[in-house]
Amino acid sequence: MSFRLNALLRSPWLFHLSTGSCNNCDIEVLDCLTPRFDVERFGMVLTGSIKHADVLLVTGSCNRQSAERLRRLYEQAPKPCVVVAIGECSLSRGMFVESYNCPVPIDHVVPVDVYIPGCPPKPEAVIAGVVKLMAKVREATKKGRGKAPEEVATA
Amino acid sequence: MTRDQVLQELTGRFSEAILALWDVSPKRVYVDIDPAALVGVSTLLFRELGARFCTASGVDTRSAVEILYHYILEPINLMVSVRVSLDRKAPLVDSLTGLFAAADFIEREIHELLGVNFRGHETPRRLLLPEQWPDDVQPLRRDYAEWDPNAVRDRGVR
Amino acid sequence: MKKATIALGPYHPLQEEPEFFTLTVDGEQVVDIDLKMGYNHRGIEKLSESRTFDQGVYLVERICGICSTSHPYAYTRAVEDIIPVEVPERAKYIRTIIAEGERIHSHLLWLGLAGHFLGYDTVYMWVWKLREEILDVMEILSGNRNNYGMFRPGGVRRDIRAEDIPVVLAKLESILPTVNMLKAAVLDDPVLHARLKGVGVLTREAAIDFGALGPTSRASGVDHDLRRDCPYGAYDRVDWKVITRENGDVFDKLVVRVLELFESATIMKTCLENLPAGEIDAGLTTIPAGEGIGHIEAPRGETFHYVRSDGTNRPVRHKVRAPTFMNLPTFRATVRGAYVADTTIILAAIDPCYCCTERMAVRDPSGRRLMGGPDLVRLSRAKTERLRKEMGLP
Repeated sequence: MSFRLNALLRSPWLFHLSTGSCNNCDIEVLDCLTPRFDVERFGMVLTGSIKHADVLLVTGSCNRQSAERLRRLYEQAPKPCVVVAIGECSLSRGMFVESYNCPVPIDHVVPVDVYIPGCPPKPEAVIAGVVKLMAKVREATKKGRGKAPEEVATA
Repeated sequence: MTRDQVLQELTGRFSEAILALWDVSPKRVYVDIDPAALVGVSTLLFRELGARFCTASGVDTRSAVEILYHYILEPINLMVSVRVSLDRKAPLVDSLTGLFAAADFIEREIHELLGVNFRGHETPRRLLLPEQWPDDVQPLRRDYAEWDPNAVRDRGVR
Repeated sequence: MKKATIALGPYHPLQEEPEFFTLTVDGEQVVDIDLKMGYNHRGIEKLSESRTFDQGVYLVERICGICSTSHPYAYTRAVEDIIPVEVPERAKYIRTIIAEGERIHSHLLWLGLAGHFLGYDTVYMWVWKLREEILDVMEILSGNRNNYGMFRPGGVRRDIRAEDIPVVLAKLESILPTVNMLKAAVLDDPVLHARLKGVGVLTREAAIDFGALGPTSRASGVDHDLRRDCPYGAYDRVDWKVITRENGDVFDKLVVRVLELFESATIMKTCLENLPAGEIDAGLTTIPAGEGIGHIEAPRGETFHYVRSDGTNRPVRHKVRAPTFMNLPTFRATVRGAYVADTTIILAAIDPCYCCTERMAVRDPSGRRLMGGPDLVRLSRAKTERLRKEMGLP
């Protein structure tokens, strides 16, 4: 399992999802594709279909309407799929903790592997987060085959 | 039309319906009216005086539900805010969708967030709240309380 | 012909914001649409009631990332309107500079997205690369690329240092030649003329009926701009033009936004060059009981905030109305009768910011999905290719 994840993460295909955000994080993610930051040199590509995704980038404070869609999309994603939560809202809902329409943080809906804090995190931070994830998975693959994927991705 | 002419027109035509007029500053006038005169006043402002409808703000004061309709007369930089006070238990007022399409969305929003019914609105469906939101809970009411037992309101840090 | 329904959205990789349009089509043409929102509703108006007036600024900044200055600007003006009080001159100039910087970055962002939807990916990449320069400017001035945190009721939080001004002016000058080149490339392109002229027309009467705002209405001949009509900041101290067009089609909306870029650059440069000395904060300590309204011209139109205070340090009611709330319903008027391949660009022409307001697919009557958002974008790009071939252009 971790070997496969490692292979997939050599050129991760990213699916981006906003669960009710102000879109700053989403725009910073898109900025990563533009010439100044250019994540395609890492082999990262933004895909339009969840079925082709290796990495699910989630932003937003997961409001009630989006929570169901998030869950369904995660179920459709072929495993192994790494979930990256970008921005304060997706970490703990940030300033929307008491919001009547944001009942739970994202990691109560789907398991999150990487948290990238910031409001919004700069594209450098987003790239650093994804690269850190790839390095960690690579290292974990070297260290132990046969470990459970949760141990690998969150170790 | 000058500012004074606008106010004269308004107070002249609707002298009985106007409950109070607050001439707060050169750019801001607040007019409290009888809800029955809402369509008439709005027609005067939108159709005859050419004001633009900015939006409507619903407020739950503990004694009533107020809706303020904000109209801006751009050539003279005057904002006329028309206020209606509605019964808190069953707030009902005429819809302005017959006058301009701009009222559609905001009336749906006030309907779901404050529970106001708009007489004559064709499709008073939900706009912002999700489908699973309970029908009788209006978030912007003063007596709104947490109804969801599964909501997590701490940040997970003990 | 058999009618089918198309749902646009809710998630498409390039249109970052989620919403759900259901289009009913008859063959190739759209008959009607239905809009389902709520994917971005976070209950900000309610949250604002438990924030102090100072804290509220940070809350409203995060209503929308692209126009994150317009909401604090309108909110602080609403709070100041309760008293009422005018902020010091230097604060007005700084506020104007930040607001125009945001307008430039927002319009460039839109231009890039529109380019992508039409199949002009080079434009998309160039424009977003150019946008990085503006974000650098904002970072020099305010410390952050977005969510500038510059506003507070009574003035601005941070000052602009004298040594930063020449650097910022140089950066602004450096992007103008490229914007000029893009303007010529885009506005004189015969394929774009064929693609966008007469598409998605919003008549002047419809614009007024819907209360449309910003470039969406100015492209339909409605001559209004809050910066000129209800002046605030330093706009009445700078020489600049309101851009309007007559036809109300997507091409005119594009022209209005591109030309507004130059006006914004002029306003920003003039304000930076003539920044007066003085205080940056009126030093408000209490907000009395009362009501206030603040409305400013955001990149997408009028942002409107209404605040009611009872004399404590928290608002009793804070109403937020973003421009896209008024512009979105115009999509219903503009897309009826349009071709399916044009729906994405007609929607993009309003420059929708759903997070401000609170997001297209084709379904058959039984609800089965025929086409998704990415398919509609593909259709749009394919149409441009087809037109280019028909016109015999490279």
